[in-house]
Formats: sequence, structure tokens, C-alpha cells
Amino acid sequence: MKNKKEIDLTISNFIGKKGSLIPLLQEIQKLEGYLPKETLRYLSQKTKIKLARIYGVATFYSMFRLKPQGKHIIRVCKGTACHVSGAEDIGKAIRKELKLGELEDTTDDGLFTVMEVACLGCCSLSPVMMVDDNTHGKLTPEKVTEFLQKYK
Amino acid sequence: MSLKIKVGMASCGLAAGARDVYQAIQKYLENSKLEADLASTACIGMCFAEPLVEIIDADNNSLTYGDIQPQEVETILNDYLEGKIHKDKVILSNIMEGSENENLKNQTRIVLRNCGRIDPESLQDYLENDGYKALEKALKEMERTQIIQEIKDSGLRGRGGAGFPTGLKWQFAYDTPGPKKYFICNADEGDPGAFMDRSVLEGDPHSIIEGMTIGAYAIGADEGYIYCRAEYPLAIKHLQKAIKDAKEAGYLGKNILGTDFNFNLHIKQGAGAFVCGEETALMASIEGERGMPRIRPPFPAQSGLWGKPTNINNVETLANVAWIILNGAQKYNKYGTEKSKGTKVFALAGKIKNSGLIEVPMGMPLKDVIYKVGGGMKTEKPFKGVQLGGPSGGCVPAELLDTIVDYDSITKTGAIMGSGGMVVMDEATCMVDVAKFFLNFTQNESCGKCTFCRVGTKRMLEILTRITEGKGTMEDLETLEELSENISQGSLCGLGQTAPNPVLTTLKYFREEYIAHIKDKRCPAGVCTALLKYEITPEKCVGCTACARVCPVEAISGEVKKPHKIDQDKCIKCGSCYDACKFDAITKS
Ligand SMILES: Cc1cc2nc3c(=O)[nH]c(=O)nc-3n(C[C@H](O)[C@H](O)[C@H](O)COP(=O)(O)O)c2cc1C
Ligand code: SF4
Ligand code: FES
Repeated sequence: MKNKKEIDLTISNFIGKKGSLIPLLQEIQKLEGYLPKETLRYLSQKTKIKLARIYGVATFYSMFRLKPQGKHIIRVCKGTACHVSGAEDIGKAIRKELKLGELEDTTDDGLFTVMEVACLGCCSLSPVMMVDDNTHGKLTPEKVTEFLQKYK
Repeated sequence: MSLKIKVGMASCGLAAGARDVYQAIQKYLENSKLEADLASTACIGMCFAEPLVEIIDADNNSLTYGDIQPQEVETILNDYLEGKIHKDKVILSNIMEGSENENLKNQTRIVLRNCGRIDPESLQDYLENDGYKALEKALKEMERTQIIQEIKDSGLRGRGGAGFPTGLKWQFAYDTPGPKKYFICNADEGDPGAFMDRSVLEGDPHSIIEGMTIGAYAIGADEGYIYCRAEYPLAIKHLQKAIKDAKEAGYLGKNILGTDFNFNLHIKQGAGAFVCGEETALMASIEGERGMPRIRPPFPAQSGLWGKPTNINNVETLANVAWIILNGAQKYNKYGTEKSKGTKVFALAGKIKNSGLIEVPMGMPLKDVIYKVGGGMKTEKPFKGVQLGGPSGGCVPAELLDTIVDYDSITKTGAIMGSGGMVVMDEATCMVDVAKFFLNFTQNESCGKCTFCRVGTKRMLEILTRITEGKGTMEDLETLEELSENISQGSLCGLGQTAPNPVLTTLKYFREEYIAHIKDKRCPAGVCTALLKYEITPEKCVGCTACARVCPVEAISGEVKKPHKIDQDKCIKCGSCYDACKFDAITKS
């Protein structure tokens, strides 16, 4: 565990509070970048929440990642409005620019993780993607390539 | 000269580049003799024209410029100083003709009353626009039952999808005795194509807090949650600030407005699961569990969050509450139709010109929503259909555009009002592909509890995929219909029950398109890749070899400077050659 001290602090902030498992996992993911197995095991020991329950929750929600993820998260919208406005081509352009294979989602240099999401709430500017917390709209495959250069 | 300049900085504005515009104005103001207060506001709904900049002078004359690029800021403001107005850029104004003045005139804004007008991070701005007056009235002048009666009389129905009468829901929660009750705001807005909740949360967070506090007082709750999806970071930020400010000013927390009423409000962030928008799943998620729906009854009003009586309402529903309390039920139910009162916000997206948010009285014909307020089609291609209600809804074809927008009329078409997302589609959209898209969505988002929802949607998706690949049979259509029936009967929650709607409505209104895929192996819209055929027009081909070089499977042959040819057996329809050809010599059919 990289951030044991911070994790301990987070756990002690939440311990005993009702309904705290999801925010706890969110905080841990923020610290560690993802949810490593050993950290979940540690969490289970400290909180006395059964590991199976933790794992059940961690696998239910799409935001939780059990594998390491890139420094920047790219969320490509595959919602209805974006779908009819060419989201497919945007996704392809991103994958091409980052040289990602069909089943890969994180670049070899650990810089980017690409995910698909169902709607970013900016449908009026479709197609849309979100890089970390910044949303970019009215995309074209060319614009995407340009944006990604900036983050590299 | 005292000026106010406002830049629209909701996530849609930011996505269109509003931050750069804001900074450009900031820089301009530092080095110029123009004195102005620069402020940010949220989204007025005209997302198609973003970034937006509004200039208001001391006499309250307002000009809203649309589509402003950072490099234009200097010229526009210099010219403004000299009294010159870039008329072609003005979309809204109270002193002159703006291209969208008419658009706004056709709307009735109750939910969106403050959006894009006030600074969402300023409690002061909210207070200056009648903020928290309704709460004061409710706490000090009204009985709890009177508040509930007022909401009942207004005819307000839940805007989260099901359209359940809000006053009645509050009554149920009020009637259940108990020292501990909860009031929840459903801000999970998972329906792709809908973004009104985001806009209200970002643009007018205090209105939600006020609506919730009034509701909590009425039903007797002292604790509340706003369950907001994590994809909306700006909404969460504005809510956090608003809660803090409201607490400090005595509109939330202990002894609200000096009364003995307490209400504590928390924000819970979602973690990316569409089904958590379903009320019982949402509560499971707040409790820290997997967000799986529970059997009702018991209804939340009897046993909800942690087994306590709970009321849950959607963001848009709650945004109406303060307005109704302040202006009275009679004024609200003047708008709308017999069974659907008030206004409804619609999110227009897809191939429509004025994509963004609009609010109109219930009962407006779809045609007017799309052509009058929405400005009609963005593309040259004709209108084909409009998708209403997201994954639970359906596609309404051109011949039904006279349908009015209210709960019952839309349900009659086979679609649903849902949360009010309207995705407009033109002839370049394949309806089988759209049906497949939604089934893919529901199949992904099914929580897996019910067999029919879990497995049935997968089977339907497989059939639809087969059809889009030209491998479908006519029996497949019957199987689809049979599965639809079974899935809607055999599912516990709304997700499964309504999952077949996109398929059923497209089968009903666009059946010939399914048949074209099955019998003629043809996709009339030219969307389904497997059915496409790329061909080279020999007369146009100059033999530059660009196509042959990009083809990943070496399906293109020909000598330099002579027309090339595509080997159809080898072609994998990737479209690389189509994109590479500079002479329009390749056709896609
Ligand atoms: C699969 C599913 C997803 C839902 N998603 C949402 C949502 O994102 N937002 C919402 O307000 N209601 C959603 N609902 C409806 C809620 O269950 C509930 O009816 C609503 O929050 C009640 O509020 P209202 O009476 O103000 O409409 C969803 C329902 C289902 C079945
Ligand atoms: S209908 Fe689907 S989403 Fe709803 S409870 Fe059943 S399996 Fe879960
Ligand atoms: S559909 Fe892409 S942002 Fe909503």
C-alpha cells in the first residue's frame, strides 16, 4: 500500500458511520488510483466488513476499478445523442491516437485510461468526452487528436 | 458606466470553451478603461450557441452574444464601448431583435427561472430573486397539511419518469408515523439524452435545497440526502457550496429561520450504475450496498432508507416546489392539460438546430416543440423520428408529430415522457441500430436480479445484432415481440419492465426498415457497417493509389493512374478507403 497513512486516516474518519462503504471505496480509489486487492483485504480487516461484501460492491459500480488505471481518465460518451452524432468515430480516433488494442483500456505508459460512459449530460454539444474533470464538446476525430496531444 | 458581464459557465458552456472566453474578458478588463463586474452564471438552455456572454448596462439593457470565441472578445468589447453592437452575434436582448428572442418567448420558465440568470454560487443572487421566501412562508404561515394540500392542488406530478402525483406521495410519508423520516432528492439522472437535472443543480442549487426543506418540513423529516451521479462534478461542487451557505444563513441545519424545525442535508455521490436511479436501488446504494431494486411494497413512504419512512423526488419536481408555494397552486395549474399540470423541461439533442434545454407548458404539440422552439432540423436530411424517454421510451415517427406533450398522450404512442430527453433523428439514423443501442444499454445496466431482464435483454440484443449484420430472419421479429412481452411481465423494476419499449416502438413504426435488413440485406440509412458496400466509380478514380495504401486487408487493386477496384469478398467495410479518397470516387451504399 502506497498511502497507508492516508488510508488509515480515511478509514478512521468513516468507521462506524452508516452507509460509508461506497464513499470509503471512492476515497481509497482517489488515493491509490484503483482498488488493489491487498488494500481491500486490509480494509476488511480494519472495518470488519466482510471481504465478499466489499468485493460485491466494488464490482457492482462501474466507477470502481480493480486494475491500475492511467494518470488521465478519458470518458467517451456513448449516450443516445452522442451515438447518433458520431460517437463511434470519436472512440475510434481516441483509440487510434493512443494506440490501444480492442480489449485494452490503459496505455502502456500509464498515461491514459479510456472508458465508455452512457451520458455526460452535455448532449447538446454531442459528441462529447470528458478528460479527468473537463468536458469537451462538439468533437470531431481531428479535434480529439489535438486535445490528446495537449495532455501528453 | 457600470456594467455587468456574465459568462455562461455550466458544464455545457465549459465544454464549448467558456473558460477561455472568461479569461479573455478578464484580461481585457485589466487593461482597458471599461469598468465592469465579471461574473459567471450557468446555462440558460441555449447550448447550441455557446459560449454565451451577456452584457448588462446600468439601465438594465441586456445583450447576450452567442458563439463567442476568445479572440473575438477584444473587438466586441471595444466596439461595445463605442456604441457599436455586433448584431449578428446577439441572440437575446431586451432592447433589440435577437435571433433567439422568439425562442424564449415561446417558453414558460418555472423550473429554469434562475438558470443562466443568477450566479449559482451566490446565495445573495438567489435571495434577490425571491429565494427562500417560499420556505419562510411555509414555515411561518402554513400548516404542514396545508403545504401538502397546496402541492396536491397544483397537480404537480413527479418528473423523474413515473409521473406520480407529488402531493399524494408527500401525504403517504406524512401519514406514516415515526420520529425519524428521510427526504431524498434523486439526482442520478442516468437517462442518456437528458440533462435538465444537471442544469438545475449547476445553475440553481438553492432552489433544490429550498424545495427539499419545504418537503421535509411537510412530511416531518429531519434528515435528507441528495444522491448525485459522480459524472456531474460541477453540480456537486455547486451543491456543496449552496448547502454550506444556506446553513450559515439559517435556511438549513438547526432551528431553521428561528423555528424549532431542523433539517440536515447530505450529498451522496453515485458510483456509476444506471439502475441506482430506481428509488429502492438508490436507497440501497446510500446504505452502502449493491444498488439492486427491492420488492415494493413496502413503499419508501412506509419503509425506505434504513427502514424509515422516506420520501423521494426528482430534481425537476423539487425545483417546482418553492415556486408553487410562493405563487399558489392556482397559478401553477393554469398551465398544462387536464391530467398533466404545469410546465415540463425538455432536453433537445441530436439532429435538432437549437439543441439545449427548453421549458414549455404541458400540452404543446411535439411539432411545435421541435420546429417552433427547437428551430427544426440541423441537417439537410428530413426528420425521421424523435426518441422520448430514453431506454424506457420509444421513437415517435413523423406522422405522430401532432401528439401533444403530456404524460398520457405520449404513453399512448408507446413511448413515455420519462425525464424529458428528446433525441431528434434524421434519415441518416438507422432505427434498428437505435433499438440495438438501447438494448445494449439496458443489458449492460441490468442489475441481474431478474432472469428475464438479465438474460432476456441479452437474447434480444443478440437478435438485433444479427439483424444489423444481415443475418436475421422474419421469425426473429416474432421472437423479439414475444421476448418483449415476457421481459416486461417478468421483471421486478422499471428497468426491465420498460426495456423492450425501444424495440416495440421501432417495430411498430419502422417495421419496413427491419424487413429491409432481413430480406434485402440493406440498411436504408447506411449505418449498419456489415451491410455496406464500398465501390469505386471508375470515371472519378484517377489511380492515385491512396485507397490501396490504406486498405488493411489489401482488398484494393489497380495500376497507378488507372481506376482501382475493390474485391468485395476481401473487404471488411472499415471505410478507410472512403476517408482516404480525395476525389469522391468511392461510394458507400
Ligand atoms: C431504471 C430506473 C432508473 C431511474 N432513474 C431515475 C433518475 O435518474 N432520476 C429520477 O429522478 N428518477 C429515476 N427513476 C424514477 C425513480 O424510481 C422515482 O420514481 C423518482 O425518483 C421519483 O421522483 P418523482 O416522483 O419526483 O418523479 C428511475 C427509475 C427506474 C426504474
Ligand atoms: S428488472 Fe432488471 S434491473 Fe430491475 S431488478 Fe430486475 S434484473 Fe434488476
Ligand atoms: S448523450 Fe453524450 S452527453 Fe448525453
